[in-house]
Amino acid sequence: MKIAIASGKGGTGKTTLSTNLASFLAEEDEVVLTDLDVEEPNSGLFIKADLVHKEDKFKMIPEWKEDECILCGNCQKVCNFHAVIQLGEMIMVFPELCHGCYACSELCPTSSLPMIPKKMGALKHFQKGNLSFIESRLDIGEEQAVPLIAQTIRYVEEHFSKEVIRIFDSPPGTSCPVIEATKDADFIILVTEPTPFGLHDLKLAVETMKELKKDMGVVVNRYGIGNDDVLQYCKEEQIPVLAKIPNSRRIAEIYSQGNLIYKEIPEVSVELENITSHIKSLMEKSLS
Amino acid sequence: MKEIVVISGKGGTGKTSLAASFAYLGGKDVVVADCDVDAADMHLLLQPDFADSDDFYSGELAYIHQNECIQCGKCADVCRFDAIPIIKGRYIVDPLSCEGCGYCARVCPTDAITNKDLNVGKWYISNIKTGSIMVHAKLGIGADNSGKLVAKVKSEAKDIADEEQKDFIIVDGSPGVGCPVVSSLSGASFVVLVTEPSVSGLHDLKRVYELVKKFSIKAGCIINKSDINKKVTAEIEEFLKKENIVHIVNLPYDENFTKAMTNGQTIVEYSDNHLKDLITDSWNTIKQNINNK
Repeated sequence: MKIAIASGKGGTGKTTLSTNLASFLAEEDEVVLTDLDVEEPNSGLFIKADLVHKEDKFKMIPEWKEDECILCGNCQKVCNFHAVIQLGEMIMVFPELCHGCYACSELCPTSSLPMIPKKMGALKHFQKGNLSFIESRLDIGEEQAVPLIAQTIRYVEEHFSKEVIRIFDSPPGTSCPVIEATKDADFIILVTEPTPFGLHDLKLAVETMKELKKDMGVVVNRYGIGNDDVLQYCKEEQIPVLAKIPNSRRIAEIYSQGNLIYKEIPEVSVELENITSHIKSLMEKSLS
Repeated sequence: MKEIVVISGKGGTGKTSLAASFAYLGGKDVVVADCDVDAADMHLLLQPDFADSDDFYSGELAYIHQNECIQCGKCADVCRFDAIPIIKGRYIVDPLSCEGCGYCARVCPTDAITNKDLNVGKWYISNIKTGSIMVHAKLGIGADNSGKLVAKVKSEAKDIADEEQKDFIIVDGSPGVGCPVVSSLSGASFVVLVTEPSVSGLHDLKRVYELVKKFSIKAGCIINKSDINKKVTAEIEEFLKKENIVHIVNLPYDENFTKAMTNGQTIVEYSDNHLKDLITDSWNTIKQNINNK
């Protein structure tokens, strides 16, 4: 069971929900939590577990070998991203623009642009009891999150069996990194807040997930502020509201210290229990 | 003309509410650019009229003409993005996986693959309630190249500001540290970092500031909800001192932020209290810092 936790707007409580739900579920079941918000990974601030494995992650980029190059200009011609430029008698490669498609390298008549690995970030694997936690972190200055997200998902696929509950903390927004993080999920939980910004961005996220033909549910965070428009919208769209996490200054304070909220606020445990029973019923359905 | 970019690294810190308040305080002197094209929310506070709009094309998408395809599979072999699966015996491009590199079209022996220009969104020039102009955009679902749309919004805002001799551009930047933020930052005169005293707020502030440093742009910081965690607030203040970042102001945890938003107003319009004074002072501090440079 793969569950992606996403939101159109940032700061709605995606990481709060991911870390609390994963820890809550891990009290009974085996769970893998993966932080795919590789630009700003925050789940690790809330999960205190032991590091069991660490590896650097690389993307492949071309490197110019001057000796054999006949300066035919084909590499520049085939690169759709302007990442390879011929400048006089030199070929220049701009790694941050390169998407790693291999076209320049494999179409070079003299094999003068072999692909070499370039570090783009690092993956860490932590473990504590039933809970495995995977985090990837993009190096500052690297602009493309998608290749790192794809490699991180592959790591999870290779190291955990399909029966294990897998929770993915996705990046915010609706563009390519979110698609990469959610496209293989069985169920999407969209986190929002009951405000005009929350509603506006929730609508974008719902449209995106509909495009991907995903089954989804909504969790309303900071319930009690703003207005009821979000609940009204979910009703119209027939999207189940899985939980309402109350608005409280106390929760903001616990979060600010890097602690899990359900351990201190019993109402939150009740809401997590609601989400859990929804997940369990989906799992039973998928088995039958 | 000076360009002020408001960013936060972490979402939900109040970045857009503050950027819109500065736009309101700056009034006619300020052109607004909403560069958070992924989740553009500024329009909910500034009431644009969408006077002018245009489609934005960026990047390409492969398309296989089935009549000409001989099923040799070369396209799928060279594709590094697994974007050409076989569905019911046919090679089909998965638009969500295709990066538009064009490699497949170059190796197709029967020229059965063409690349189409991709419409990734729309951008707008609007009159807003401050009596000025806002440039904003809407990114298509799952679209790539958001960095390029950000660059487009910024360059349009710049042209308008030059033409109409405005003093400032206020840019509402994107979250994260990837390509849209890099685009938001390029060419900025001053960066306003909006953060909150939580472990994640501090963590993200440090990461996004590493990026700001690469651009050598002068920066200032607003600590929002500063009273929810005094210890982390002190840590942030120490960080600002160490990095020589202007400490603009500490704002309290205040639900008027949300109430103003629910009313479709900026905080400075909505509340007549202390908060309005603090934000007005902040705007003056930002202007002074730009002029002192």
